[in-house]
Amino acid sequence: MSAETPGMAVEPPIVRRRRGFRSRAWRGLKKAPPTAWFGLIVVFLYVFVALFASWIAPFPESEATGAAFEPWSSEHLLGTDQLGRDMLTRMIYGARNTIGIAFATTILAFLIGGILGILVSIMRGWADQFVSRGVDVVMAIPALIFALMLLSIVGPSTTNIILIIAILDSTRVYRLTRSVAMNVVVMDYVESARLRGEGLGWIMGREILPNILPPLVAEFGLRFCFVFLTISALSFLGLGIQPPTADWGSMVRENATLISYGDITPLLPAGAIALLTVAVNFVVDWFLHKTSGLRDDD
Amino acid sequence: MNPVLRTVLQRLGLGLVTLFVVSVIIFIGIELLPGDFAKAILGQAATPDTVAAFQRTVGLDKAPVERYFAWILGVIQGDFGVSFSGLGALGGGQERTVASLIAPRLYNTLFLASFTAIIAVPLALTLGILAAFYRNSVFDRVVNSLTLTTISFPEFFVAYILMYFLAIKLPIFYSLANVGADTPLLERFARTTLPAMTLTLVIVAHMMRMTRAAIINLLASPYIEMAYLKGTPRMQVILRHALPNAWAPIATVIAFNLAYLVVGVVVVEVVYVYPGIGQLMVDSVSARDIPVVQACALIFAVTYILLNLAADIISIVTNPRLLHPR
Repeated sequence: MSAETPGMAVEPPIVRRRRGFRSRAWRGLKKAPPTAWFGLIVVFLYVFVALFASWIAPFPESEATGAAFEPWSSEHLLGTDQLGRDMLTRMIYGARNTIGIAFATTILAFLIGGILGILVSIMRGWADQFVSRGVDVVMAIPALIFALMLLSIVGPSTTNIILIIAILDSTRVYRLTRSVAMNVVVMDYVESARLRGEGLGWIMGREILPNILPPLVAEFGLRFCFVFLTISALSFLGLGIQPPTADWGSMVRENATLISYGDITPLLPAGAIALLTVAVNFVVDWFLHKTSGLRDDD
Repeated sequence: MNPVLRTVLQRLGLGLVTLFVVSVIIFIGIELLPGDFAKAILGQAATPDTVAAFQRTVGLDKAPVERYFAWILGVIQGDFGVSFSGLGALGGGQERTVASLIAPRLYNTLFLASFTAIIAVPLALTLGILAAFYRNSVFDRVVNSLTLTTISFPEFFVAYILMYFLAIKLPIFYSLANVGADTPLLERFARTTLPAMTLTLVIVAHMMRMTRAAIINLLASPYIEMAYLKGTPRMQVILRHALPNAWAPIATVIAFNLAYLVVGVVVVEVVYVYPGIGQLMVDSVSARDIPVVQACALIFAVTYILLNLAADIISIVTNPRLLHPR
């Protein structure tokens, strides 16, 4: 817009210092609803516990330090599991393993799905048809069932879990990336970058990616929840993360018998899973609300 | 041709193609097995002769395409092949067909799924309509936040919480749903109450939210305002004017959730030790009993695809706009 536009001269130019990232983030946070605050604090706590697991935990990860199924006591705050390992220690290490594995899987899923989605939206034509129809078929089979089938073929192990879930989940990422990237690829600046002679990598990473980032970030949160729940379900079924690695899903399975005696210990890892997914959902909800450009009524 | 009929036929054709491709994918599973798989199944003591015999029984000595058609023809006639569990030294040499393993368990799973559906669908519809009716009220908010929380809980968490409170602290229901073929019907209902409640909680949330959203979406349209201006009572506006047009999205979400139910049973069956097909699949995956896994995966996938297909067709048929193409 040119400076000579008549209407513009009337309003005094508002000079605003461009806010730094920190101050903008702080302003956004101050206006965040309590649910988002709750979510952020919970996520922060989980990450803290996960990162510093080996300092916080009172005992080594997989060492029997008591008798099997000891009740809560001052030495073992949450009792011990079926092999006499400290439950609290397993919970703390479980945070690291469960969240770490789910996080790695989600990142891998986004790498596969994101790159494929952007590539296909640039190439179009038969490549698009080929990948999209393939994705349709994979999505026609429920993810848990597909994962179970693949696990029976390759055998359960942590690496296999990460690979299988990442590939199955990348189909959803691919769909989203493709649909938003399709709108960006037709923009003039992409065309001009192409005419400048920029390589495929530049166009994907510097022209398209920054413009489709907000929906992808929100999707990352939701996908993380989904992956986290799927891996926990598989571990609970005994087909996910394998012992002796501490993991919340398998901890529920291993100690489930305690429930019949009225002991709530096995509910704790399950609750830990539930709390994290609720927290991430709250944060994503708030983020979506902010980036969708919706203004609050007040 | 009638445009609705044509769209339905197109969708059916697409569904058939998907079914075919999915069956190929499930079949290919056995092709991807490592070469020494026979040894893993038969144990270390397997002689070359028993390995060869095993491969003959499984059919690994024939071409893949030939085997696929033999398999799929068998499946259509209800013959899913022979379970690995009875082969070699493991089962004492007694052959067990996959069909004989699956049949009683499939009945159990279908029983649990229909029991859940009968409770969950009317409950979700009622809650959704009420939430739309009392929009932004305390009732609406409470139901909304409750459902948002149950959506993000893992199934086994819900299951164990219910078991803890309703079967152990207050012994009202059975904590384990171990039914047999000769369990009388009434007792069967009593024993499957908790699993059905768990599944209901898990799927009601989504269905209810979608029902509410579909109705609220319609409430903004001009013909609803017209109905209000005529002086039609509010409940009647929702039931007579809004609901008929909301059937398509509601039907879709019901079918989608019934499809989800099919997957959700796997975890819930394991929690309550319910002898259904989901538990059979999990056990077979641990034992790497591929024919049983294939059969279960096929049953789950086909149900899932058919339910989604049904949802699509319902939404096409209930949309009268398709009858009058521009």
